[in-house]
Amino acid sequence: MQATNLMEDVSAGVARPAQRPSRKKRGMLPQLSPRDFDRVGKLGSNISIALEGIWANRLRSMLTTLGIFIGVAAVVAALILTQGVSANITNSITSLGTNVITIAPGAATTRGAIAPAGTTQTLTAADATAVSKLADVTTVSPIISVNQQVIFSNQNWNTRIQGVSPSFQTIQNWTIAEGAWFSAGDEQSARSVAVIGQTVKQKLFDPLGVDPVGQTIRINSQLYRVVGVLQSKGSGGFGGNQDDVIFVPFATAQDRLKNSTYIDQIVVQLDDASNTNAVQQAITTLLEQRHRILKGTPDDFNLISSQQLLQTANQFTSILTILLVGVAAISLTVGGIGIMNIMIVSVTERTREIGIRVSIGAQRQDIRNQFLIEALILSLLGGLIGMLIGLLIGYGITSLTGLPFVITLTSLIMPFAISASIGVIFGLYPAIRAARLDPIEALRSL
Amino acid sequence: MAFPISIASSAGVASPRIVNADNHGKPVIVVHNLRKTYWLGQTPVHALRGVSLEVSPGEFVAVMGPSGSGKSTFMNLIGCLDRPSQGEYLLAGKLVSHMSNQELATVRNRLIGFVFQGFNLLSRASALHNVELPMVYGGLTKELREHRARQALQLVGLGTRMDHLPSQLSGGQQQRVAIARALVNSPSLLLADEPTGNLDSRTSIEVMAILQALNQQGLTIVLVTHEPDIAEYTTRRVTFRDGRLLRDEPVLDPRDAQAEWAALAPQDPERAPQASKERNKAHAGN
Repeated sequence: MQATNLMEDVSAGVARPAQRPSRKKRGMLPQLSPRDFDRVGKLGSNISIALEGIWANRLRSMLTTLGIFIGVAAVVAALILTQGVSANITNSITSLGTNVITIAPGAATTRGAIAPAGTTQTLTAADATAVSKLADVTTVSPIISVNQQVIFSNQNWNTRIQGVSPSFQTIQNWTIAEGAWFSAGDEQSARSVAVIGQTVKQKLFDPLGVDPVGQTIRINSQLYRVVGVLQSKGSGGFGGNQDDVIFVPFATAQDRLKNSTYIDQIVVQLDDASNTNAVQQAITTLLEQRHRILKGTPDDFNLISSQQLLQTANQFTSILTILLVGVAAISLTVGGIGIMNIMIVSVTERTREIGIRVSIGAQRQDIRNQFLIEALILSLLGGLIGMLIGLLIGYGITSLTGLPFVITLTSLIMPFAISASIGVIFGLYPAIRAARLDPIEALRSL
Repeated sequence: MAFPISIASSAGVASPRIVNADNHGKPVIVVHNLRKTYWLGQTPVHALRGVSLEVSPGEFVAVMGPSGSGKSTFMNLIGCLDRPSQGEYLLAGKLVSHMSNQELATVRNRLIGFVFQGFNLLSRASALHNVELPMVYGGLTKELREHRARQALQLVGLGTRMDHLPSQLSGGQQQRVAIARALVNSPSLLLADEPTGNLDSRTSIEVMAILQALNQQGLTIVLVTHEPDIAEYTTRRVTFRDGRLLRDEPVLDPRDAQAEWAALAPQDPERAPQASKERNKAHAGN
């Protein structure tokens, strides 16, 4: 076996005189023609060479990837979290009605000192009626809000009681779980009827296992008949629990719960959200006339539209996003520097390999691509693992806090875009360094 | 599986002037007044001081000389790893002395095969993979690459060890892999830089036998060595001193490495690779 075929062949060849001409002359391998070269691109080979390099240094590659995947996981988790918060806030705002303007009493001015908004009593039921006659206004509901102890049998619970008009149900998109909303007749006759929220039902009726509809509860020592139970809306973005509420007819509340002509709020529903600004203007003008407010003095009421709330909330969440992603970006940069560091070490360590490759005809760009692809694969791998872990973390946090789990295309594509650019940015310098090595020096190194 | 071969003369006393059909008889190497000057800080080091030389197709040239004589610099220039400071170098009719880095890489890939003293195989890659590598950089198709790599390894007698890593091969076997790698793109010139420098005398004869056999197929070989013994297997001896050509003489009666190897080989047919394993590890490529 050790006697090489080559030599046997040579002696065989000597025995026979030359018969076949030149194609197989050089070294007895068939001669290559120029057409055989450059048949396939080198990208595939460069990729497999890079993969071999990564596999050969598994532990180091994994640790390098760690830096990227922690960063990417942080970015993804931050995105999911802020998108969850944003969706949650938007939900709770839209659950209050999207095309709604709320009028609240304004800040009172007493000798130049401005009291907090809502502390004064300026709005009346007559204001509400006047507003309802404006163009583009569909319905209007005055609101009276009081906090009272509510008693059923031996259970009692302190909750918010709101006196509203029958149209309030549609303004705030309440759905009925059992029974019905109170009627216009209940309103006109100021009947003592109540529609209760899920929380109230749970506190007062569930312990006794009683069906609330038709039962009589006591609010402020007055008797009210429960006519309906509301479907749950869940916790609100700011206002706490939206289900902890009892609605009674406005007239009833004005007469029996809050003996006053002043009301706490007016909610105005528009025919279309795009008219918000025009209607706000009209309401302002109307109320300024009705309240005889002079030009240049502050209004004694405030208008809040759900549009404005949405805008404010969006601003808030985008600031939150920038903040969290910014922090995550720092850790990504650190991860990128880690990749660069390792690639530089790797280039130094493999100087001789580079020399060998160059001596047998590798182009500089082949060497550069080999190392660049290696960095790219490392960072993309980090991006992939980071995305999965980020999704897991995001899912964990959102399910723990009850936020909606929102995945957008951005939060899936972004990790790859980020990690790919980190791979290129931080891999380029070591790769170029490798490509610039002098082959003679490289071959001489150990 | 005998390769049909045509040899211009009988084995052993190959004429130095075999006509190579691929080059129409023109010299493979033409070097004219080659100079190379390095700068060590402010001091110029004249490594080559005007060397002119021609190597015809089918020649087997030994480049000799003490260290510092400029033979390594000469090899680097001939091997297109470096560019001369002055002078011209034509390789297979192409003026390569003023080529760009990119063109030089292509020349190294297609016209030159390198065999080094330290074998310079990729330690992570199998023998087959190592031999494939020049064809990868040449852009050959995968089928052709594998086919030729197998052929080349069979040619040097390693048909059964294609999947071995360099660390699993003896020094002689590693050098044979390196020779297969050098041949695989059918170069015009094989450059061997002290190919036997890391080998014992037995294995040296084996490697020289392969080189001699290849030369008899018409392959032009330039070999750098400082061992006069090794130079005796070649057909022409070129001696450098102080950056100049000192002597250029034909080897009148070259030794026949194949015959010597044939005489040596039966002595211990089970020459296991373990014998030289320890030594090998030291030289395993990077």
